[in-house]
Amino acid sequence: MRSFWDRWHIPIMLTPTLAVIIFLFIGGLGYGTLVSLGWQPLIGRTEISLDAYTNIMFSDQYSSVFWQGLLLTIWVSFASTFLAAVFALATALLLRRTFIGKRFATFLYQLNLPVPHVVAAIGILFLFSQSGLISRTGAQIGIFGGPSDFPIVVRDRFGIGIILSFVWKEVPFVGVIVLAVLQSLGADYEDLARSLGANRWQRFRYVILPLVMPGLLSGSILVFAFTFGSYEVPAILGVRFPRTLTVTAVRFFRDPDLNSRTEGMAISIIISIIVFFLVLGYMWLSRRAIRKD
Amino acid sequence: MAALSSSIYRPTFSKRLARIAHYCAVVLLIFLLLTPLIAFFFNAFSFRWFYPQLFPNELSMRAWQSIVASNSKVPEALLNSTILAVGVTLSSVIIGLPASRALGLYSFRGKRVVEFLILSPTIVPGIAVAMGLNINFIRWGLSGNILGVGLVHLVPVMPYVVLTMSGVFANYNPDYEQQARSLGAGPLATFWYVTFPAIFPGIVVASLFAYLISWSQYILTFLIGAGQVITMPVLLFSTASGSNNALTAAMSLVFVAPSIFILILTARYLSGKSSAVGGFGQL
Repeated sequence: MRSFWDRWHIPIMLTPTLAVIIFLFIGGLGYGTLVSLGWQPLIGRTEISLDAYTNIMFSDQYSSVFWQGLLLTIWVSFASTFLAAVFALATALLLRRTFIGKRFATFLYQLNLPVPHVVAAIGILFLFSQSGLISRTGAQIGIFGGPSDFPIVVRDRFGIGIILSFVWKEVPFVGVIVLAVLQSLGADYEDLARSLGANRWQRFRYVILPLVMPGLLSGSILVFAFTFGSYEVPAILGVRFPRTLTVTAVRFFRDPDLNSRTEGMAISIIISIIVFFLVLGYMWLSRRAIRKD
Repeated sequence: MAALSSSIYRPTFSKRLARIAHYCAVVLLIFLLLTPLIAFFFNAFSFRWFYPQLFPNELSMRAWQSIVASNSKVPEALLNSTILAVGVTLSSVIIGLPASRALGLYSFRGKRVVEFLILSPTIVPGIAVAMGLNINFIRWGLSGNILGVGLVHLVPVMPYVVLTMSGVFANYNPDYEQQARSLGAGPLATFWYVTFPAIFPGIVVASLFAYLISWSQYILTFLIGAGQVITMPVLLFSTASGSNNALTAAMSLVFVAPSIFILILTARYLSGKSSAVGGFGQL
């Protein structure tokens, strides 16, 4: 006969963490879903309906805010993730080689990891605004006559500033993951491939890339999910129209009219559903691609 | 003879060229990564920094003076941020420790479901969770106070704490605990002298992520704190919406400095743990 502890120790050990996840995460998400369906007993609304969703997606008042916002959000997060992954791979390969000062360069490479996104967005503003450092440098050289000659790349319609900010933040993040994988591999595989006659491109394509792919993909999934649901960067570096979905959701939610909370909640549930399915699809596709290699 | 010597020397020349190109690329990379940070130092000490000037002509400590001025909200924000970060770090490590041990050491039915549940907050955006909790927290008196904000911070923190520490437990041998127990050590002494030192690196990395995620958290604090809980990111965000670049820059430096200092202190525990680095994804 096994003792009580022997039988139940695993569920007991899992309980504290699962309690946090279930009460706060699942609970918050679940209650939010109810609110998005119009259930707000505090202000006397107890019937369930999809009104908020149809209102946001199809009404004349909000549909362009929603669809243009969705387009911007998808564009910004895909572009940021793709650029961050490409530059992360390139820079990790750069830092992998042995050279004098490698430790110091790697340290500087990681320096922006603890920099919060609020600060990253402000930094991009300082650099890329029309009177920012880059514009000033251009004016000193004589390329620009004044601030208005500098192209609008922050607080612009296409989210360039938002993308710049995310890429700056996430390149070292994904890069550190790739670098750790590369360092654990050592040079054996490549030496073997070289001795079998593989050229530089073949060694990259058929040896390095398949080995770092899992790390690169899991890093970029985190980046994608984060950028899709991120608030502060598009709030600081975005324009009035189009706004990303998170910014619109928070605006609805903060509206003094408590009824518009339903719309705000509906948008953030839509964001969650989109991220969930995109990440799922991405994982499925990448697993298939890795298996093919 | 000339042909022979050139065939010897040409590869070393091209190798040298490749090395110089590599150095240039590294320097360019580091320059690109550091310029946004350098811009903060320029702005923080600037005053009347008119357009084409590349460097501020007038250096000034005005921004720093208003940070320490008596009506400044920075001290309150720093205090709130510190209380939150320390509280969230300690409680997340204590809450996550048993689960990390279970996930790292044992395989059991439903393990993948549990792992999926614990990792899911890394994928689902925080605003959906915070908006849902907001209404209930108002009813329970947890809205607009630091306890409620701390509870919500646990949501993005827990996955990384458990992920990091279960990785350490996966390489941990629990037989040593049995030996200590058979030699007469009590459960507390066993934990303190055997378990804790073995998992210490994992606890350091988990704490680093918990601290950083809580310290940088803006939107969860904003939605649950309801304007009552002023932390550094909340204060910085509202300052950045104004037009005082020098103050925004100085405040940013005050905000970032502790994180960089702590990262330097803990850097040696970080190297090589590729899965653990995932914590930076939530910042």
